[in-house]
Amino acid sequence: MEIPYTFTARPDTGLYNGKLGIWLFLASEVMLFGALFTSYLFMRLGADPGTWPTHIQSIPLGFTNTCILLFSSITMVYAWVALKERKFNQFRVWLVITILCGFVFLYIKGTEYYSKYIHYGVLIKAEDFDKYSGEFKKADVMVNEIPTQGVFEIRGHWENKTDKNATYYSIIPDKNFHPIGYQPPPGETAPSGDEEQTFKIDKADVERFGNLLPNYGTYYAIYFTVTGLHAMHIIGGCVVMLYFLILGSKLYRRNPEQFANRIEVTGIFWHFVDLVWITVFPILYLT
Amino acid sequence: MDDLPPSAEVSAAPTHVPPAQGHGEGHGDGHGGHDDHGHEHHELGFIRTYLFSTDHKTIGIQYLIAGLILLFFGFCLMLLMRWQLAFPGQALTWANAHNHIMYQVKEVCYHLGLCRMPTTPLPVPPDPNDPPLLQIIFGDAQMPGGIMTPDFYNTLGAMHGTIMVFFGIVPVAFAAFGNFVMPLQIGTVDMAFPRLNLGSIVLFAISAILMLGSFFVPGGAAKSGWTSYTPLASISDQPQMVVPYVLSIFHVIPLWLTFMPSGAAPGNGLHLPGLQVAADGLHLFRLHVASWHAGHSFQWPMWLTGQSVWIIAMAFNITSSLLSSVNFITTIVQLRAKGLNWMRLPFFVWTQFMTAFLLLLAFPPLEAAALMQLMDRLAGSSLFSPTGLVVNGTPLINGGGGSPLLWQHLFWFLGHPEVYVLILPGLGIIAEVVANNARKPLWGYNQMVYGLFALGFLSMVVWAHHMYLTGMGTAISAYFQLVTIIISVPTILILSSLIISLWGGSIRFTSPMLWATAFLPLFGIGGLTGIPLAFNAPDTFLHDSYYIIAHFHYVIAPGTIFALFAGVHYWYPKATGRMMSEFWNKVHFWPTMILMNCVFFPMFLQGMAGMHRRMYDGGATYEILNQNVLHWNVFISEAAWLMGLAQIPFIINFCFSWKYGRKVSDNPWEATTLEWSAPSPPPHGNFLKPIVVYRGPYEYSVPGDSTDYTPQDQPPSHGPIPISGPFPAEERAIGIPHLH
Amino acid sequence: MTFALLIEALGIAPNASQHGYTIDSMLEMLHWFMLILFVGWGSFFAYTLWRFHHKKSPKANYVGATSHLPTKLEGGVLVLEVILLMAFAAPIWASRVASWPSGPDVIHVRAVGEQFLWNFQYSGADGKFGRLDIHLISPSNSLGIDRTDPDAFDDVVTRGEMHVPIDHPIVVDVMSKDVIHDFCIPNMRVAQDAIPGSSIPTWFVPVKAGTYEIVCAQLCGNGHSSMKATLVVESESAYRKWFDQMAKLSGAKVIDGQPVTP
Repeated sequence: MEIPYTFTARPDTGLYNGKLGIWLFLASEVMLFGALFTSYLFMRLGADPGTWPTHIQSIPLGFTNTCILLFSSITMVYAWVALKERKFNQFRVWLVITILCGFVFLYIKGTEYYSKYIHYGVLIKAEDFDKYSGEFKKADVMVNEIPTQGVFEIRGHWENKTDKNATYYSIIPDKNFHPIGYQPPPGETAPSGDEEQTFKIDKADVERFGNLLPNYGTYYAIYFTVTGLHAMHIIGGCVVMLYFLILGSKLYRRNPEQFANRIEVTGIFWHFVDLVWITVFPILYLT
Repeated sequence: MDDLPPSAEVSAAPTHVPPAQGHGEGHGDGHGGHDDHGHEHHELGFIRTYLFSTDHKTIGIQYLIAGLILLFFGFCLMLLMRWQLAFPGQALTWANAHNHIMYQVKEVCYHLGLCRMPTTPLPVPPDPNDPPLLQIIFGDAQMPGGIMTPDFYNTLGAMHGTIMVFFGIVPVAFAAFGNFVMPLQIGTVDMAFPRLNLGSIVLFAISAILMLGSFFVPGGAAKSGWTSYTPLASISDQPQMVVPYVLSIFHVIPLWLTFMPSGAAPGNGLHLPGLQVAADGLHLFRLHVASWHAGHSFQWPMWLTGQSVWIIAMAFNITSSLLSSVNFITTIVQLRAKGLNWMRLPFFVWTQFMTAFLLLLAFPPLEAAALMQLMDRLAGSSLFSPTGLVVNGTPLINGGGGSPLLWQHLFWFLGHPEVYVLILPGLGIIAEVVANNARKPLWGYNQMVYGLFALGFLSMVVWAHHMYLTGMGTAISAYFQLVTIIISVPTILILSSLIISLWGGSIRFTSPMLWATAFLPLFGIGGLTGIPLAFNAPDTFLHDSYYIIAHFHYVIAPGTIFALFAGVHYWYPKATGRMMSEFWNKVHFWPTMILMNCVFFPMFLQGMAGMHRRMYDGGATYEILNQNVLHWNVFISEAAWLMGLAQIPFIINFCFSWKYGRKVSDNPWEATTLEWSAPSPPPHGNFLKPIVVYRGPYEYSVPGDSTDYTPQDQPPSHGPIPISGPFPAEERAIGIPHLH
Repeated sequence: MTFALLIEALGIAPNASQHGYTIDSMLEMLHWFMLILFVGWGSFFAYTLWRFHHKKSPKANYVGATSHLPTKLEGGVLVLEVILLMAFAAPIWASRVASWPSGPDVIHVRAVGEQFLWNFQYSGADGKFGRLDIHLISPSNSLGIDRTDPDAFDDVVTRGEMHVPIDHPIVVDVMSKDVIHDFCIPNMRVAQDAIPGSSIPTWFVPVKAGTYEIVCAQLCGNGHSSMKATLVVESESAYRKWFDQMAKLSGAKVIDGQPVTP
């Protein structure tokens, strides 16, 4: 018994089974990520003023990751072309490059996650904020006012984490974001530059304190959900490609056309994962 | 009944070459999956043949049996709830049950004039030394002394809904019949991706085990309704933040992070922050292990409680359905036999096609929502919780900023198409049975197919009519009301086409037809009572009342489930080569049909009076509103329990016929579609010869033909094929060599 | 009064509000519509089953029904439904959510759901609700009313019981402290989800004095079935008296229903 059209196209549809299957699967993936992006929109439009952070992500890292994924899509196509030309060794080289790109992407993603883990947000009660506002202003510290919750937020690195008995948080806060060529408004001093300055904030004045993880705010929640799911897709793609890299030669010897089809299908999935990232990058990094 | 076609005993299909070997014999265990028909085949072991088979027929039968068992299990959960509704707060023990049964018997005797009116039995207090069975099963946190706790009542409600919808009807209507029948009806050898098919059922099995297992985790299974509305669901069952765990997943011993330059420690090049994170996670894990060792007993990780398990099980279930639908659509598009062009597909295949599309496109948003709720529960996020919640008088500390309505939108974006996922395969089964037993083509086949497409599309854009009470403006609500009433058009179209198809027929009341006959009017009641609910203003009054319960149960219970019974009876001879008993079917059918109405019709009255659903005490708290309808609770419960008993004939019939049923030919119903051209049970690879299709699916009583049915693959005997209904006359075979 | 034969035969909860009659008449029409469709359909179905039983009709007719009546009937059903929507459902809804009663005799109430109880905050004579602050919530101040707020001093809070004067428009802002509840008074034909984080208004005009039940119509946890509140519709003088009594209990400064400047 043999299933028809596993590797030859059916004349009236012009597709072999695997190709139709992956397109249908991607249709469901579009709905999956579509739902998450819709949720992102819902969250962002409904966010209280001051609670939706901007410029929190490192654009250079995100841009590098975008380039890596785009590049890996190209190498994936080359791998498939090499198979079509029946150059198996060349195929292996291209596939290894693609997998390595996936790993590099995950490495960079991991460092970004880690930087959220060691980054803290401090919500200072509005009535106690006057104590700090002058110094913050002098040091050009980024301050968000959240009027609906009656707090001011600063973000930064927590210095005295190990000191369990401290009555204050010792914080190196983030500075305001200035575009290139920024000029201070007349009458104000220029930003103090990159030098790091530690501030002591009384624990009694703090409403909430925590690292920038999903429980800190909806932006972080949706960021970790979307990018986490995307990273799982990258891992899935890498596992499939590793499978074809290691055990692929067996099928290649038996039926090179079918093997090429499988690589094509994997490639279509990989391009889709790339496409998702191209949507994630602007909505979570650039805006 | 003597309605069986007279030629049922002879091998009726004129095109079918009788196989050399005697098929259908000595297959007591009956899996059609493997047979000794003489293709090249290698012996597979028991496990590969029956447990992890990739054959679509075996998988279909596995889905059928698992689904039927889960349907019955879900039904039993409802029977437990009905006790609480009828006799709130009474222990569910044998003593109490016995008293109530005796009371009812005596009451019947009183009405017959045989004895005096009996006194209402007093509840017997539970005996602490002799725990009732249900306490032993569900533990004394959920059924102390046989008395149901409110939480356990909510658990039963949530699990009844979840199991019936996602673990009962979808596996039977879609996966079981779709897997078994659909490839046969399109004349192919198997599904397009047999191994993916095996993957689907394995995922389904995992999800079912998780879902059933969740009854026994500390705190019990999910208890926030099958809709799991947030924030109730995201705060129920003590969610616990496991961020260190989550992080240790992100950084599973992340040595590659270890040497990362750290902004936190300026000037210290050898800082090892990554290890610190991993160590946090490991430390938590070690604490867990240590606590198990200290107590010398296994301690359940407290973050893995009912609602979380529900979400995880649903994620597996959704993935299984997604893979199945990819498989189904590919199979229907790619593997149709030569000559089987689109408008020659049996209506059942069309319904499976549309169902698969609905599952494919509507399920992922729920998967996304489930993921987000899991984040809320395990990572402490607040995607579905707004700022400033106060639970039990204490402000809830979380990031806030979420939206409870977002969950409802995502849930009902699946939830409404899901309704059609439940009913469309049922309509397909009924269409097959009606055409076969009226002995004439379906009336308006084309319109039915177009109606199906309209239904599929519209079902994706009406979801918010489940949310009329959330505070909607005039314009939005007018839109959702309008599309909701428009969606009734294709539904009425398909249903009335089925009824009109009977006109001019020669109707045989075989077992499947009996169920189909009951299906049509009862499904009609379900559909019609949806009309007041479609409009916003009347829905204000009826929303979440028992009226709704009656409405959707009329659609699904006498609707879909009757169609499933029809399908089981109709295709049983194909799967086993034997017929189910008509007598036992009638013993099953009549009580089920009558009791079904006894259960659900009084609920319309209860709903009208203003009785609301999901009440632990059956609505006794609202003594003014419910004063005239509270007494129905006992009646409904008794009808439901009797209906449970009425399923026993079916179980007996189903099991015994497998081995002892009357042996029949390959085409006992004298049907036209392709599955009847295969041997019964079909061997691995299904057909004994290449299939070529020459005509539409329901060529019954074609004028001039010798028999009153003309199978799709019977070559035209002389001259051109007669013009038949909506189908083109010319033989427009697509011209693809069928690969065998 | 309206014609409500069928739904009264089905035992509908008696209506006690002004707008309820419109909803009832629509329900009545819909049930006649359903009944006619079902009887028509069902009798055709039953006749077909009898007429074309294989004993009466041993040979089926390949063509079957040729009439175009079904198509026309279906068109008729659609037209009727659209008329029901345009002429009844949409205007009723518009009157519910787009036109709000205003004027001095309007009573403003906040209904705040919590597990498993309804709190009612009356705005008092100034018609303005005082500020709520979750940090002020305590056993004696279940809503966390900030009594220092000038709008709050005449606010009256009751738990589980809501009194309203007859024939006055009542505007209820439905809110929730924890999970989703539903503020539903079947007799007043009013139902509104209480969504945490938002305050959604609904309104009704009680026209029949009496005691009615307020149902929580959305699953809200293990005490859901007992989350009942009582609505008492009474004469204006009785309402004033009750209001003063409640003001004393909840610390508001009100005499004879009028605020007293502190």
